[in-house]
Amino acid sequence: MYDKAFENIIRLRIMSVLMVNERYDFNSFKTLLGVTDGNLASHLRHLENAAYIFIEKSFAGRKPQTNYAATEAGKIAFRSHLGYLEKLVKENKL
Amino acid sequence: MRKPEQELAEIKSMMERSTRFLSLSGLAGILAGVYALLAAGLAYFWIYYPGAPFGDQITGIKEQTLNKLVIMALLVLCLAVGTAWFLSRRKSEQKAQQFWTPAGRRFVLALFIPVVAGAAFCLALTVQGQFALVAPATLIFYGLGLLNASHFTMSDIRYLGFGQLIPGLFAAFFPHYGLLLWAFGFGFLHIIYGTLMYLKYDR
Repeated sequence: MYDKAFENIIRLRIMSVLMVNERYDFNSFKTLLGVTDGNLASHLRHLENAAYIFIEKSFAGRKPQTNYAATEAGKIAFRSHLGYLEKLVKENKL
Repeated sequence: MRKPEQELAEIKSMMERSTRFLSLSGLAGILAGVYALLAAGLAYFWIYYPGAPFGDQITGIKEQTLNKLVIMALLVLCLAVGTAWFLSRRKSEQKAQQFWTPAGRRFVLALFIPVVAGAAFCLALTVQGQFALVAPATLIFYGLGLLNASHFTMSDIRYLGFGQLIPGLFAAFFPHYGLLLWAFGFGFLHIIYGTLMYLKYDR
């Protein structure tokens, strides 16, 4: 089914990245997606509240690094969203 | 709601961009090939001139020539890596992409672990006096590094990997043709590959 959590393009992109990367850090997200800190943080929080992603804080040398990873529930939701899209495409072609 | 085709394309593009290092410059490949051909030309003058560019002179290199060859090899390596770094950085700036991504780090690690191991192995070969096996070893280790790195950049690079590995193995059995095969792999193939990549991705 169509997942409202992925309606926003930034959240869809974030989830796509986390499907193929075990973890991804905040700053890399920021540059990859070309969004502001505030904007990115709010979308990440939205996905976190939906329990689709979780936060891992760590240190890269002395600098704190915030990593994000997809939860099992998030992966399942994303796959079902993907399946829904593929089904739509197939039906449109018929 | 966006069109489902658009949305699928968006997902695919994000997955690609976040796992692969796409800023690798084709021009850098061409230049690496040019450096290698110049180096192979110099090596020919030091080892074989005025004879044909193959034969068993390579097994009994004098120490003075050997020193020159080692210094030149290191210079060419630094020059090629430096050029690739600089031009790839410029390419990522032009395309407004992040340069030093997690994908980029994985690419560099995947490529350089076999390459650094290969360099150490070549040093060992030199110490043991097995000069004729140095050229094949550089080709083999570099080819393996490229195959390894092909998972983290444009997958076309694996053809270049096989293009180094096969002449490398061939040269290991026929070391008298080592210099020619080295010039073919590092020189000629880099130029061909770089040109194809430049036309396909950089314009």
